[in-house]
Parts: sequence; C-alpha cells; structure tokens
Amino acid sequence: MRIFRTHTAVPDSESESIYQILRFLLLLFFGIAFALPFLWTVSTSLKPLSETTKMPPEWLPRTTIYKAEINGTQISRAEVSWTPPENRIDPTEQFPADVDIAWVRPHGSEVAYRAVPKKNLELQGRVIDFRWENYVGAVHAIPFWRYTKNTLWLCVLSVFGTLLSSALVAYGFSRIQWRGRDQLFLLVLATMMIPFPVIMIPLYSLFRGFGLIGTMVPLWLPTFFGNAFFIFLLRQFFRGIPDDLTDAARIDGCSEWRIFWNIICPLSHSALIVVAIFKFIETWNDFLAPFIFLTDQEDFTLALGLQFFQSQHGGTDWHYLMAASTLVTLPVILLFFFAQRRFIEGISMTGMKN
Amino acid sequence: MTKGDRHNLFLGLLFVSPWLIGFVVFMAYPIFASLYYSLCHYSVLADPVFIGTKNYTNLFQDSVFRKALTNTLIYAAMALPLNMLVALGLAVLLHHPIPGRGLFRTMFFLPSLVPLVAIAILWSWLLNTEYGLVNHLLSLVNVPPIDWLGSTQWSKVSMVLPTTWGVGGMIVIYLASLQEVPQHLYEAARLDGARFWRQFWHVTLPLISPVVYFNLIMTIITLLQVFIIPYIMTKGGPARSTLFYVQYIYDTAFRFLRMGYASAMAWILFLVIMLLTLIATWATAKRIYYSAD
Repeated sequence: MRIFRTHTAVPDSESESIYQILRFLLLLFFGIAFALPFLWTVSTSLKPLSETTKMPPEWLPRTTIYKAEINGTQISRAEVSWTPPENRIDPTEQFPADVDIAWVRPHGSEVAYRAVPKKNLELQGRVIDFRWENYVGAVHAIPFWRYTKNTLWLCVLSVFGTLLSSALVAYGFSRIQWRGRDQLFLLVLATMMIPFPVIMIPLYSLFRGFGLIGTMVPLWLPTFFGNAFFIFLLRQFFRGIPDDLTDAARIDGCSEWRIFWNIICPLSHSALIVVAIFKFIETWNDFLAPFIFLTDQEDFTLALGLQFFQSQHGGTDWHYLMAASTLVTLPVILLFFFAQRRFIEGISMTGMKN
Repeated sequence: MTKGDRHNLFLGLLFVSPWLIGFVVFMAYPIFASLYYSLCHYSVLADPVFIGTKNYTNLFQDSVFRKALTNTLIYAAMALPLNMLVALGLAVLLHHPIPGRGLFRTMFFLPSLVPLVAIAILWSWLLNTEYGLVNHLLSLVNVPPIDWLGSTQWSKVSMVLPTTWGVGGMIVIYLASLQEVPQHLYEAARLDGARFWRQFWHVTLPLISPVVYFNLIMTIITLLQVFIIPYIMTKGGPARSTLFYVQYIYDTAFRFLRMGYASAMAWILFLVIMLLTLIATWATAKRIYYSAD
C-alpha cells in the first residue's frame, strides 16, 4: 500500500537488533491471536457436528471411521452415527433390548444409514473430512439467499442515497461562500455526538405514524438526507481541490450544479468510492436499526437473520452457526481485499484533521 | 448584503437543503420529541400523557437501572484502557519496516470488518466452557476451565475480549498519524541519546496526541452504547451481570412498551457520555499538542 511510506531504520547498535527481534515476536504473538478466531470459525464450520464437541479440538476437520459387520458382511471405512439419523433404513431383524445400536454407512456416501450392534464395530482410524455440506445446510436454514437479496437491496439504496445527498451537502459546505456556513457546519458535526438510542424512540413512533414499521423505508429513507460523518469526509476532500479549476468554469457561466456534477464529482471519485465502501459495510453489518424497524421475518437483513438463527439454534448446531457466520462475513472480507488501498486511505482520513 | 452575497446564500442553502430537511425531521424533531416523551407516560399505542419529572425520579429508585448503569461503567472501565493500549501498542510495533508487515496489518485490521452479530456468535463459541478454544489453550498451560459466560465474575470480561479483537480501525488511524511524525525529530532525539522508550514518550506521543484524543472519545462513545455483543452472548445474564445500558433501554421501550421511561434513560445516557467526554477532554487538554499548521 502506497500511503505507508517506508523509511530505512538502520540498527545502530546491538540493542537495536534485539529490539527488532522482540518486536517481531510480539507482532507474531498478536498476529496469531488475531487470526485464531477466524481459523477456529472456519474449522468448526467444516466439521461434522459430533466433532465440534471433541476435546482436545483438532484444527483440521476429521472423522473417525470404523469397520462394521452387518449380517456377516464386512463394511470397511464406515462412518458412524451414535444417535438415530434422519436418513436411515430401519432394521429388519429385531435387536434384543440389551444390545446397544449404532448407525453406519460407507464414509463419504449419501446412502441411508443401517443399524448395527455396537459390539460389531471396530475402530479403523481417522480421516480428513471437510463437510462443505454444512454450508448448504446453513444456506437453507437461515434462509441465506432471501436475506442476501434484502440486504443487497438495502445497501444499494443506502449507498446511492448517501453518496448523492452527502456529496451535494458537502459541496454546499465547501465550494460556495455564504454567510453562516461555517457555523451551520459546526451543527453538522455536533449531530455526530447524539447517540442513536436518544432518537430511536421518536423515530419509531414517527415511522409508526406513517405505517412504515415492518418495511425497509425507515432504514434507507434517512440516508437520502446526508450523513454527518460522510459530509465531513467529503468536505475535507472538496476543500483540497484548487479554486482555479472551478473559478474558470464559473467565469464561463457554468451553473453550480454543472460545476458540482462535471468538475468536482469526477475529481473526487476516490473519496466517493471510500464513502460508498464505508456505507456499504455499515449497512451490511447494521443490527440495531433493522432489529427495531423490521418485524416480518421475510424482510430480515443478513445480520438480523443470523441473530434470529442463533436465537433458535444457539448452543447446539455450532457447525451451522459457524458456517452461517462465515458466509455473512465473507462478502465484507472480499470487498476489503479488492479495495484494500481505499479502505486504508478512508480510515486514515477519519482520524486526521480533528 | 450585496446581490451576489444573497445569491450565494441561496445557492449554499439549496445545496445543503437535503441535510437541513433531514436534520429537522430525523434529528431535531426526535430530540425534542424524546425530551417530551421522557416527561410522559407513553406506550406508543396511545398518545403520551404528561407526568412531569416522574420518570427521572423513578429512575433513581430503579435498582435494575442502577445495575445496568454500573455494569456499563465497569465494562467501559475495563475495555477502554485495554483497547487503547492494544491499538496504540500494535500500531507502534507495526510502524517501522519489519518482515511480514503487510500481512500483520491485514491480520489486525480484518476482525474490525466482521459484523458484530457474527463477532458475538463466534466469541460465544470461542468462550464455550467445555468446548471453547480459549479454555483449551488455557488448559495447555494448566489453567482450569473458566466459566466465561456463566459466572458473574467473568461475564463482563467475556464482553471485553470481542471488542479488543475489533480494534483494527484504530490501529490504521494510528498508523496514518505515525506516518505524519517528521523523521528528523527522531534523528534529533537519537543524537541526544534518547532510546526507544524516551523517543516514544517525548516525540511520538505528543505529536500523535490529537489522534489519541479522537480515538479515546470514539471508544468511550462506542463502549457505552454496547448492545449486540451482550444481547447475543448472554442476553444480559447471568444474574443481570451483563445487562448493559442500551439493552435496558431497548427492553423497556420495545418489550415493555414504556417509551417515556426509556426516553428518560436515553437522556441520562447522553448526559453520561457528555460528562465522560468532558472529563476526558479536561484530563488530556494540557497534553494534546496541535501542530502549527
């Protein structure tokens, strides 16, 4: 990434190089600590359910396979279910009540399980076993595609609304001189200090008055009226554009709208992309507002759907929960890798000039 | 005011009019309505009934409210120094070139992108008493299993760790500000015989102090409004030890439909945030160095 200019630090003594080694070890320790939760999530998401509660845990998903004997025939490399699975053939012979039963089928197959007395099982070993079907299960259970569609639609509207309104407002606060402008801008900044809980109840009752609770409208409509943080970000950027560029256009009789649209916006595309990415992620991850305003399960966003799924399956189906969490997180992580530089620039801008 | 001035005023207001309208409808009106509701009995199903300051006086009698407030303050008092130190520490370690620097930076930053809902779910799995990774790693150094989410002495700590995992945004902000520190100051300090620690204390920290202050305020505001993480990980339990402020507002308003009472609580939260921001501003005022430009 280019914005991190590197400079050569020449170690000028032995203690400097000891410091370098110490620094690297510390970074390595924290790097691993920050990475482990991700690895653990993905690892759990690919395990069979019975393996998720195995101690000590294994990082690579594995299954134990057995030799089994059913009615005199040997099955090698069988996977075992200790509780009756849904997909099974009920035994034709009646096992005596004192015989413990397990259910087996050839490892990696999709065929129905068959009953076998536990004493006919013989441990054969452990094989690596990635359960990609956990993801299929999670996608159906959430339901993932419906919520992805809802979330994407909301993201598109919110990003569009934020870009359009915040850019217009930022232009008004930076490229036009008018009385009271900078005082009013202080008010914009002040609104960032208002916690959402303070205004959420009146907003709820306002939208309720218009019959909009249970629709997406309360979530995207406000984005069309500017967002203080993004106005601030874009204003900083617009102010950095030299006046000569717009003065010439103004002398030629260009309207402010055309200056905004044909000169300032194209020059600011990098800042606008940063705003779009940030707003997208904010909307994708947002929880409290959808939690309050959406009532119908059909309309849920992914974050809300994930919470709903967790509230029903929490504490048991860890493999599905981890697969679902991975799926909800993945688009944001991919976006990061595609637009890494913009991310870092954008966040760096946040902390500057305060 | 000349004709040109008036024209510019009109144009300026025209461009900022989306914000002006939004401010009136989605900010100013809710603020005043919230103030009014906080003085009312209001269930949202019927019109608000004015009851004066009764909600506020009731709050001081409400032991659950006091519990939620103290829980939140204790939690913030644990998370604030930890998160600030980890973020600044990692940024300083990352600042100079080192093998794998880009990878480390990505590693530290990525968790901050994970949706809070997913963070809460995966940390409740990591902190699972019997099967969680954290207890497993602790068992390797002979620490007996800790009941992270089920015991009152550990439950708040369990809510801190997920936020520490998400300090990546702060790290990137620090890295950008460290970049702005003029290199010649370090060279001068080195000539004067200042080692790492004194360079950090006398050169780095003063020069990035505005950014430290910014991160401090943002962290305070975020921590006091923590909601999703405890809501998913413990639902406020055990024994209300992780019942935090915003969850109590949410429950009061949307589960028990006591919107007036909840509005009063929201205003107290606003005052607490303001008060802590002022204290933080006052405490750091003398140490913040703004460069001349």
